[in-house]
Amino acid sequence: MSDAPFTDHYGVLRDALPGHDLPWLSRLRASALESFSVSGLPTQRRESWKYTSLRPLEKVGFGVTGAPRACISIDRAPSLLPAASEHHRLVFVDGHHRADLSTLGNLPEGAELTTLREVLTNEPDWLEAHLGAVSGDPGGDWEQPLLALNTAMMMNGFVLRLAEGTVLHDPIEVVHLGGAGDRPLAYHPRNLVVLAPRSQVTLIEHYTHLGEQPYYANIGTEVSLAEGAVLHHYKLQADALDAFHTATVHAEVGPDALYDAFGMTTGARLSRNEIAVRLAGEGANCHLNGAYLVRGRQHCDNTTRIDHLVPNTACSEIFKGVVDDQARAVFQGKITVHRDAQHSKGHQLSKVLLLSDKAEIDAKPELEIYADDVVCSHGATAGDLDHDALFYLRSRGIPEPEARALLIEAFLAESVHNIAAQGICPALMSSIGHWLAGRPKEI
Amino acid sequence: MLEIKNLHATVDGKAILKGIDLTVNAGEIHAIMGPNGSGKSTLSYVLTGREGYTVTEGEVLFKGKNLLDMDPEERAGEGVFLAFQYPVEIPGVPNTTFLKEALNSVRRYRGEGELDAMQFVKLVREKTKMLHMSDDMLKRAVNVGFSGGEKKRNEALQMAVLEPSLAVLDETDSGLDIDALKTVADSVNLLRRPENALVLITHYQRLLDYIVPDHVHVLAGGRIQASGGKELAHELEARGYAEFSAGAAA
Ligand SMILES: Nc1ncnc2c1ncn2[C@@H]1O[C@H](COP(=O)(O)OP(=O)(O)O)[C@@H](O)[C@H]1O
Ligand SMILES: [Mg+2]
Repeated sequence: MSDAPFTDHYGVLRDALPGHDLPWLSRLRASALESFSVSGLPTQRRESWKYTSLRPLEKVGFGVTGAPRACISIDRAPSLLPAASEHHRLVFVDGHHRADLSTLGNLPEGAELTTLREVLTNEPDWLEAHLGAVSGDPGGDWEQPLLALNTAMMMNGFVLRLAEGTVLHDPIEVVHLGGAGDRPLAYHPRNLVVLAPRSQVTLIEHYTHLGEQPYYANIGTEVSLAEGAVLHHYKLQADALDAFHTATVHAEVGPDALYDAFGMTTGARLSRNEIAVRLAGEGANCHLNGAYLVRGRQHCDNTTRIDHLVPNTACSEIFKGVVDDQARAVFQGKITVHRDAQHSKGHQLSKVLLLSDKAEIDAKPELEIYADDVVCSHGATAGDLDHDALFYLRSRGIPEPEARALLIEAFLAESVHNIAAQGICPALMSSIGHWLAGRPKEI
Repeated sequence: MLEIKNLHATVDGKAILKGIDLTVNAGEIHAIMGPNGSGKSTLSYVLTGREGYTVTEGEVLFKGKNLLDMDPEERAGEGVFLAFQYPVEIPGVPNTTFLKEALNSVRRYRGEGELDAMQFVKLVREKTKMLHMSDDMLKRAVNVGFSGGEKKRNEALQMAVLEPSLAVLDETDSGLDIDALKTVADSVNLLRRPENALVLITHYQRLLDYIVPDHVHVLAGGRIQASGGKELAHELEARGYAEFSAGAAA
């Protein structure tokens, strides 16, 4: 075995991993492990990891997540949706599904929300066809060590499937609670979203914590949107401040389909959201938006890649961040318009408020355009709060801390209010409010 | 109420105010007139504590307290209000949120209880009605997309809500048509109390027909060059500032 971190977990886990009796899956895991053993965790020598170091992660010494701890006493998992609203919910604690906390409700005909484990048991062939279908050839050259690690060790996750024309009015919420173990744990959730033509759903992922232990969640998600499908995909990462969070999302967007994503980060000592979207059908569209608020010594990395592969595809991307103290944020956004993708539109914007002299942003927008008839733009700004606005507020009696909070909130509010699923706006605004008040939002 | 003594101030190292003396008593209305660039807005910013405006000499007492030692928000709490010549746009902050936050901050400072949402709405309704302002302007972000006249009305609204004891109106008349000017003047007049005072900075005599000053001062070259009664404003209107500017240059 190599001395790459986490590889020793495989030996411990092997027989506990779901689907260990399926030869195709064992081969997939083995080849992923093999490739991860060679690469190890990505280092800053890799171009796409230039600004983010995973060294602190190696130092913690995470153990494997074995059997779920039986006696975690929670009677209710937190929700980003109003208490009275109808929705469907899956809850995971330290990566383990907790049926007792989940409330699936009445899913309409044609909609299925279940766990990876369950699909492995009941429909392994379906999974064989879909696992890795969007993220790339599992046996090939792994460009993404973290996804390889996830593939080798994945234990569970959620699977969301909609049949043709199925439109869900109530959102689906997946809650991930970390830190409940009795020691630092690492786990690797693997999620699949497969939407058949003209189906629509709102999916909300909420990452937060309940215990005291540091944890590492290394998530892999694949999204496949067939013709005319619409996925509103929202995520709040409010993990514990000593947690690590790396998430890789691959989305393939078919003709006239829409992938509408918004992610907000307030938690984790170190986080990376890596999102790759392939606009693969004519008329495919994606909104890739994000907001982050970090302070202390937090490190928050948003790395996105959007590929326009065919004509008449569109993307818009707005990331807004607030960085205080000695925290550091990274935004890397690459938009590639391939040769055939004529009449495509791409717009990207990164805006950051740096609230202290030691706060840092590394913004790297990248446009690569190989088609000649396209409309593309990008921009990046970083700066302090508007001094004139601050003085105006203070001259009306509003004390400086409150005036600053008002301006920061206003800076982010625009992004939040643009969210299509208005139901989660109050919860997101209250997360921002809690952050501004210097307190994590209690769950 | 307000005593300005030998006030000198610089901006970017450049001397702008060069020894201002001015006393404003409760119940009085003072007009400060003067050519462009003479330091009128600078004086208003020094009084409200804007950063970048450095006092190099002199003092300012407000109700006996050293105003220059206070943060801008403390000055507002003490009852100083500036209607800005160029009101600032604040995207993303709804006008009502701003007004409520301002009012309750000032009330907290003064040891008065905060208003709840209902009480606040009632109060603002009264004031917007008085100023002929639409509810729409309350919902929009502070000054964003407001016309010049709307911005000035919004300043008047903030003044009406905060009820300062000393209001400085910096060219509040510019950009207003005659009807709007009357409306704003009416609302300012309604706030007049024996215990309050008003400083009107203006270019034109026009506003002074509606808000009649007790004293008129000419500010040129960073100093008050002349003071008189309301008839001085009429003289200035007829003769211009040339002689004072010349005096200032000398
Ligand atoms: N922020 C600033 N930076 C540099 N110079 C300034 C600034 N504000 C005012 N000044 C200068 O100070 C002088 C007085 O300006 P101001 O007080 O605005 O005059 P007024 O309001 O009487 O027209 C002018 O020469 C102007 O150019
Ligand atoms: Mg001026």
